[in-house]
Amino acid sequence: MVVRFANVNGTGSASANNMFAKTIFRMGIPVSPKNIFPSNIQGLPTWYEVRINKDGYLGRRTGIDLLVGVNPQSLKKDIASVKSGGYFVYDSTRKLHAEFIREDINYIGIPMMKLSMEHYQVPRLQQLFKNIIYVGALVALLDIEMKVIKNIVDEQFAKKPKLIPNNYKALDLGYDFAKANYECPLKYRLERMDGVGDSILIEGNEATGLGAIYGGATVMAWYPITPSTSVAKGFETHCKKLRVDADGRKNYAFVQAEDELAAMGMVIGATWNGSRAFTATSGPGVSLMSEFIGLAYFAEIPVTLVNVQRGGPSTGMPTRTQQPDIISTIYASHGDTKHISLFPSTPTECFEMMADCLDLADRFQTPVMMISDLDLGMNSHMCPPLKWDDTRKYDRGKVYDAEDLERIKEFGRYLDVDDDGICYRTIPGTHPTKGSFFTRGTSRDEYAKYTEDGDTYVRVVNRLLKKWETAKSYVPIPEVTEAKEKTDMGIIFFGTTRYSALEAMDLFEKEGIYLDALRIKAVPFNQTVEDFINSHEQIFVIEQNRDGQMRSVLMNELDADPKKLTAILNYDGMPITAATIMERIGQHLPALV
Amino acid sequence: MTYIKPTFRHPGLKKNKVGYVRADYEGAISTLCAGCGHDSISGAIVQACFEMSVEPHRLAKLSGIGCSSKTPTYFLSNSHGFNSVHGRMPSVTTGANMANRDLIYLGVSGDGDTASIGMGQFVHAVRRNLNMAYIVMNNGCYGLTKGQDSATTDFGSISKSSGLNDSFQAIDLVGMALELGATFVGRSFSGDKDQLVPMIKAAMSHPGFAFIDCISPCVTFNNNKGSTKSYQFVRDHQEATSTIDFVPHEEEITVDYEAGTSTSVALHDGSKIHLDKLSPNWDPTDRYSAVMRLQEAKLTGDILTGLLYIDPKSRGLHDLMKTSKRPLNSLQEEDLCPGSAALEGINAGFR
Repeated sequence: MVVRFANVNGTGSASANNMFAKTIFRMGIPVSPKNIFPSNIQGLPTWYEVRINKDGYLGRRTGIDLLVGVNPQSLKKDIASVKSGGYFVYDSTRKLHAEFIREDINYIGIPMMKLSMEHYQVPRLQQLFKNIIYVGALVALLDIEMKVIKNIVDEQFAKKPKLIPNNYKALDLGYDFAKANYECPLKYRLERMDGVGDSILIEGNEATGLGAIYGGATVMAWYPITPSTSVAKGFETHCKKLRVDADGRKNYAFVQAEDELAAMGMVIGATWNGSRAFTATSGPGVSLMSEFIGLAYFAEIPVTLVNVQRGGPSTGMPTRTQQPDIISTIYASHGDTKHISLFPSTPTECFEMMADCLDLADRFQTPVMMISDLDLGMNSHMCPPLKWDDTRKYDRGKVYDAEDLERIKEFGRYLDVDDDGICYRTIPGTHPTKGSFFTRGTSRDEYAKYTEDGDTYVRVVNRLLKKWETAKSYVPIPEVTEAKEKTDMGIIFFGTTRYSALEAMDLFEKEGIYLDALRIKAVPFNQTVEDFINSHEQIFVIEQNRDGQMRSVLMNELDADPKKLTAILNYDGMPITAATIMERIGQHLPALV
Repeated sequence: MTYIKPTFRHPGLKKNKVGYVRADYEGAISTLCAGCGHDSISGAIVQACFEMSVEPHRLAKLSGIGCSSKTPTYFLSNSHGFNSVHGRMPSVTTGANMANRDLIYLGVSGDGDTASIGMGQFVHAVRRNLNMAYIVMNNGCYGLTKGQDSATTDFGSISKSSGLNDSFQAIDLVGMALELGATFVGRSFSGDKDQLVPMIKAAMSHPGFAFIDCISPCVTFNNNKGSTKSYQFVRDHQEATSTIDFVPHEEEITVDYEAGTSTSVALHDGSKIHLDKLSPNWDPTDRYSAVMRLQEAKLTGDILTGLLYIDPKSRGLHDLMKTSKRPLNSLQEEDLCPGSAALEGINAGFR
């Protein structure tokens, strides 16, 4: 089922709604909450949507089964969004006007504000507890375990225990009113199950910040931009707990830059000087960083950039999700450039891939992009717990230390000693007389000397291509899911599309339509991607942008036949649904549907 | 650059305390125009580093884009260098400094690189009191693109390719740095090595952002009659606030300073700056007096030079941020990775 809350931004509804989702999660029921919020701090409509699904399908699904509507601004639209036969829970402190009455849905009036005003004196508290009251009503209406939610209250206010009784009271007020006035539970009820296992419920951005800590990043430079800001917050919050010495000194530098250009410059300076560093931004930030990204590509400096995508172009839809920066991130900057890019699908992957990105950046001495999106970054996702192998060593790549410099015959910063396109670098301060070189964005020879010689230039940029080839065997391999029966049709997708794509695949299978699936995890594409395309006649590339950007990259990088690749697109700013995928793929399967 | 300088060193050459001769601090042969002020500044940097016994690999030289930003090739060839993108040297230096607090950071920029495209990054480096020496080679024009006026071209100045500037007022970087709260602000002239060399030494010793605006005539595009950045004009109008001596902490003071006119500023590492004051109503540790003197000089049409302001209590960015005393780039897995046991606890918090 899907439960949606329609609230006013800035009224404290988020914590009540989160409490609702977490309670269901703790009852062992798979849950996927999504924030649908405005670019605003207070006053505009905001929604919180929770899909509850015993089979573990966590992609977005349209059709609201139960809507808690407490925002007069969006009331009409909210009532219209309820599925026929569904429920509309509203604040009955004031009577609902006749124009809001639909014959085909059920109305459940809870006098939320009235109950709140009777029991709480301070206006701000009346507002806050109104939210908890409707959660209490849902506990009765959906047969949620009150004990579980009260435990969450205990944990949340462990440091302010004075607030606990008031929260309990609000839950009870809603619960008691619903019990006394409505038949509880409704036709939907939640029953404890074992559908969660050892999963955790975490936002992708926080997992990314943790991945940076575990991956050994010491410098984060960033500029605030939705929806990436919580990566910085996650990094800093956990650093304060995990990276401070006994003397109070920090084993990290956290620099809020003056803009995205500076943030990228700081990352480049730090990695050039031997630290692991990263930045997190969104599409507009990548645009601003592009000049520097080209420098890092050409001068061969490690960079890790997290792009939490949002709706573009320009300022676009800053609080809605999309995958619109595939081309602009992979090919960021002027001249011939292309960058290793990883595409996480879950917070667990955000954590793992972030650490991988830091390794890859050092290994390949080049910008490495982690391309996430708002849905993944800013919503809590149920996912496997974060894991770290304590025997793992950071791959710092090819760096000569002082002893190496004494040992080797000659040092050339851009000499391809190992014939894999990757050269040895030195860190400033290593040796008094050996290994210094000049880093520059201008063309240079193998010894880092400025040159405008055409042959030398071609040698250098061709070696960068060789590096790209080498990277193919280092980046994460794609996830292939084979259909139950042999088929010559396939789907390709990446990132958060995974949830709905796999659901659509299962649903298609029930209709006798079989599709093999390939989830891209990285660019450059390795052999598995090529093989998948070659072994299927018709492939649907599912993306959340207008132009089918990944399809273009597949064509560009693999020379894939455009006729084979059909774009299946959703770009309205909401996470793609299985129904959308099925409907749009169905249009191309006239003989079967 | 295809010219190669001879690496032979005469055994009789004077060595400094770390065993290097002056030539060890030089770089490749300059490709700037003959007589360019920038080459003199490069020479002053070489001299300052030699005299201070800086180990070349303990210094990183960084720059942006433009004639000035080419100069790091022409000094300290045993130091790592970074020629970044236009106007963005401050951010690259910030990151580098975050990674290793133990190196000396010398940033070189120009008036275009700092006062126009790089203004944003410049002011924020000042604001953060980033521990670096920042030298602007200020010639009041865009040399590398053939002499267009820059934001520091004085009102009323005439240049070869842009003619008379009768439209825009110049941005005074020194006045701005003072206003922004810079902790070390100096102005000098490429033709005045006696002043410039000790000023660079003091700047490199200063714990925080040390700014030197160094007027450096462009012989090709802005050294003509009517230019306020020509050799002749600067020589005629330079008014020094003081003479300057930099005395490293282990050296004895050998010069006699006349009582009443000399000021001594002690730096954090025990070294001292001696200023023999030539200018009245001015105290180098009083920002207000520095601003006032600067305004007065502006009214009289003089170019005020010297170390104008220093905050002896300055604390660099690492101290403000309370980062580890160990350079961050020296930390290893055991310092950085909290391990799987800690992760178990973190996972539990998300259930």
